[in-house]
Amino acid sequence: MSELTLDEPGKTILLLGNEAITRGALEAGIDVATTYPGTPSSEIADTFSAIARDATRQKKDPGFYFQYSTNEKVALEVAAAASFCGLRSLTCMKHVGLNVAADTFMTYMYVGCRGGHLIVSADDPSCHSSQNEQDNRYFALFASAPMLEPTTPQEAKEMTRLGFELSEQLHLPVLLRTTTRLNHARGPITLHEMTQPRREGHFDKDPSLVTVPAVARANHPVLLKRLAEAEKIAETSPFNEVITVGSPKDVGVVTSGVSYTYVKEMAEELHLNVRILKLGMTHPIPRKMCTEFMASCTTLIIVEELEPFLENQFKALAFDTGAKVKILGKSSGHFSRLYEYTPDSVAEAFSKIFKVKNPFTSPVTSSLKLPRRPPSLCPGCPHRATYYAVKKAADKDTIYPTDIGCYTLGKEPPLQTADILLCMGSNAGMACGFSVATDQKIISFMGDSTFFHSGIPPIINAVHHNHDVVITVLDNRTTAMTGHQPHPGTEIDGMGKPAKLIKVEDVVKGCGVQHVEIVDPNKIKETTEAFKRALEFKGTSVVVSKSPCILLEVQRKRKARETIQLYHIDQEKCKRCKTCIGRFGCPALYFAEDGSVHIDPAQCNGCGNCVQVCPFGAISAVEESP
Amino acid sequence: MSKKISIVLTGVGGQGVITAANILGKAAVRAQVGVFVSEIHGMAQRGGAVVCTVRMGDVSSPLLPSGTADVLLSTEPVEALRNIGYVHKKTKIITDINPVIPFTVAVGGEQYPQTEALFKELSAHAQVFKVDALKIAKEAGAVITKNTVMLGALAAAGVLPFSPDVLLDTILEGLPDKYKDVNRKAFQAGMKALRNK
Repeated sequence: MSELTLDEPGKTILLLGNEAITRGALEAGIDVATTYPGTPSSEIADTFSAIARDATRQKKDPGFYFQYSTNEKVALEVAAAASFCGLRSLTCMKHVGLNVAADTFMTYMYVGCRGGHLIVSADDPSCHSSQNEQDNRYFALFASAPMLEPTTPQEAKEMTRLGFELSEQLHLPVLLRTTTRLNHARGPITLHEMTQPRREGHFDKDPSLVTVPAVARANHPVLLKRLAEAEKIAETSPFNEVITVGSPKDVGVVTSGVSYTYVKEMAEELHLNVRILKLGMTHPIPRKMCTEFMASCTTLIIVEELEPFLENQFKALAFDTGAKVKILGKSSGHFSRLYEYTPDSVAEAFSKIFKVKNPFTSPVTSSLKLPRRPPSLCPGCPHRATYYAVKKAADKDTIYPTDIGCYTLGKEPPLQTADILLCMGSNAGMACGFSVATDQKIISFMGDSTFFHSGIPPIINAVHHNHDVVITVLDNRTTAMTGHQPHPGTEIDGMGKPAKLIKVEDVVKGCGVQHVEIVDPNKIKETTEAFKRALEFKGTSVVVSKSPCILLEVQRKRKARETIQLYHIDQEKCKRCKTCIGRFGCPALYFAEDGSVHIDPAQCNGCGNCVQVCPFGAISAVEESP
Repeated sequence: MSKKISIVLTGVGGQGVITAANILGKAAVRAQVGVFVSEIHGMAQRGGAVVCTVRMGDVSSPLLPSGTADVLLSTEPVEALRNIGYVHKKTKIITDINPVIPFTVAVGGEQYPQTEALFKELSAHAQVFKVDALKIAKEAGAVITKNTVMLGALAAAGVLPFSPDVLLDTILEGLPDKYKDVNRKAFQAGMKALRNK
C-alpha cells in the first residue's frame, strides 16, 4: 500500500483505475472520504481503508477521515456536511448506489458545496456485477451537476486531483463518472506532489442552506448560473481536446470515456482519416467548441457506450445552429445502446460507415462444447447450509425473494432459492407485497450488510401491517461479495478502529418482530426446525442465520495456524444417492469417471456440512489432515 | 516502440490470474514500456471463469480485437479454449494441463471435454505449449509457485518486450525473502519447460 502514499513527484507506478482515483484524492489533500461498497467502485474506498488501517496500526494519523457508511445516501450526506465545513471530500459508489443517494444528490446541487466534493459513480455496462446497466450520465443532466469522464487510469487520477478545484471554483459537487473498464484497468500513473489536507473545518451558518420552498426557488437560478459558469470552463478545459488520426477532411468522431481508447486504436488499425473530439468534461458540454467541431464536418460519428447522451445533445445543437451535418450513432443503427463496447464492435461500425474491410471479423470458435463455469457459492459457504435447511422446511410453492450479495448465487441449481431480485433491500418489501397478493408461503433473504443498508424499513412495514412472511438475515459478519468490508454489525470500522457492534437480532426485536429465530446454519437439522417454526408463526418472523463467511474463517484459521479439517467419503458406505452433489451442491464434491463421489481436498474448506447431509453416514473427517 | 503486444490470461477465479496480469503490468512499467491491463473483479471471482488482458507497447486500449493475441496464457485448459476467439494461427497458447472441473459438470450434467480432444482443438487454431505447472511447481518445492512457472514459460516464449530477468525481478520484489528461492527455481523451470517443447 505504501506505493500509493509515495511523495515522489514524477515517479511512474502501475495502478488500478480505482487506486488512481484514490491517489488523485490524496494528491488533492482529501479530508473526508465515504462510501458504501459496490463493484466496480469498491477498490477506491478499500484503498482509503487500507491506508487508514495501516496508519491506525502504526498509531499514526492517515491525514483523512474515512468511513464505510450504512448506505450511499448516508455516505453522501456525511461527506456533504464535511464539504459545508470547508473540507475536501469524496464519496464513491456503484451506479445503482446513486439511485439510493439520489434524494440527497438532487437537492445538494441547489445548495452547492464549500470544500471541493467529488462524487464517483462507477457504472457497469454489460452488468458484469450489477442488476442493470443504467447510464448515470443522465444523473448529471437530471441534477445539473458538472461531470468528468476519464478514459485511462492516469486521466482518472488527474480528473480527481483537479476535480476538487473545479468543484470549489463552481461551488458545486462534481460527478466523476467511470465505467468498469476504467475502474478495473491498470495503467502507468505519473505521480504528482501530495497536498496537505485542511483537517479542521468550520460550519458558517447560511440561510440559503435550508431548502424550504422559498429558498429552493431562489437557489434554482443560482444553480443554473453556476452551470453556465461550468460550461465556460468546459470550453477551455484540458480534458476536452481534438485528436487527429491520418489526414482528416470532413469526418469527425465525438467520444468520451473508455470508448475513446477503442476509437483511437481502431481508427489507426483501419487506416481512417478522422478528427476525434474527445470530451472529458461531458456535462455541461462546451457548446461553442462542439458547434465549431460540428461545423468542420459533413459527417459526425458519436461513439459512446449505453445511452445516446452526447448524441441527443449534438442533435439538439445541430438543430439550434442549423448545422448541415449527418450524425451517425445509435439512432442510425451503427452503434448499440446495449453492453460494453469493444475494439471489435467499434471496428465493425467503422468498417460499415467508412466502407473499409474490417480485419477483425469472424474470430475462430471451438467446435467442442464447453462446460459453463459460472460463479458459485464457495465450498463451505454458510449460505448453502441455510438454503439447504430452508428447502427441507418449506413446501415447493414457497416464494423466495432475494437480495444483492453472494447469496444471490443461490439462484443456481440445486438450491434454487432466489425467485425475484430488484435492488438492495427489496427482498423484504417484495415479501410484504407477496403476502398480500397470494396464499403462497414466503421466505425472503438478505445479507447482514444489506439489512443495515436498506433492509430495516421493510421489516418495520411487515410488522406494522402484520404481513405473514419469513424474512431471513444471512449474517456472515461481513460485506462478502464486494471484498469483505466491515459494516455496522462488525466491531471494527473502515479505519481499523473499534466500533460499536450492532446486533441484527436486537434491531429486529426493536422493530417489534414477535418471532425471532437465531440459528447456526451449520447445524442443519436445528436450522430446518427453526424455519418450520417461523413458517408456522402467523405474522412477521425473522430468522437470523449466523455464521462467518467461510473465506474469512479459513483466513482466520490459517493465521492462527489451526488445521482445516478435511473430509472424505467411505466408498463402501456411499450408495451414490447423489444427495451431497445433487441437492446440497457443494463444488468441492465431484464424480470420478467410474461414477463414485469424492471430495477435492484442494477445494474443501472444511465446514463438514456434507457429513450432516449424507443419509448413509458415508462422509467423515479425515483423521490426519495432510 | 510502435509494436503492440497483446497477452490474454485466463483461468478460474482463485487461481491467481489477476495477480499474474498485475505482475506483467508492473514488469512493463519497470521496463518503461507502455501498458494497459484489464481485469475482472467481483461476482466473477467466486470460482467463475476469469479473463485478463495485458497490452504493451504503443497501445491506447486495455482490450484487444478478436484474433490478435500474441499469447494466450491459461492456468486451465478449458479456459484456454473458451477464449480461442482471441487467437490467430501464430498465437502461442501456453496452458497448464491440469483441469479444474466446474461444478456444472457434477450438478448440471454438463461435459468436460476429453483431454485429447481438447488439445487437438486448441492445436487446430494456434501453436500450443502444454505445461504441467503443478508437477513443475512441486519439483521446484512449492505447489503455490504454479503461476510463477507459467510466467517463466511466458518469459521464454520470446514475445515480451523485455528480458526474462525483468519479469523475474518483478515477481520477486513482491515476495518475502523466504519465498524468493523457490520462486526463482519455479520461474527457471517454467522457462525450461517451454524451451524444451
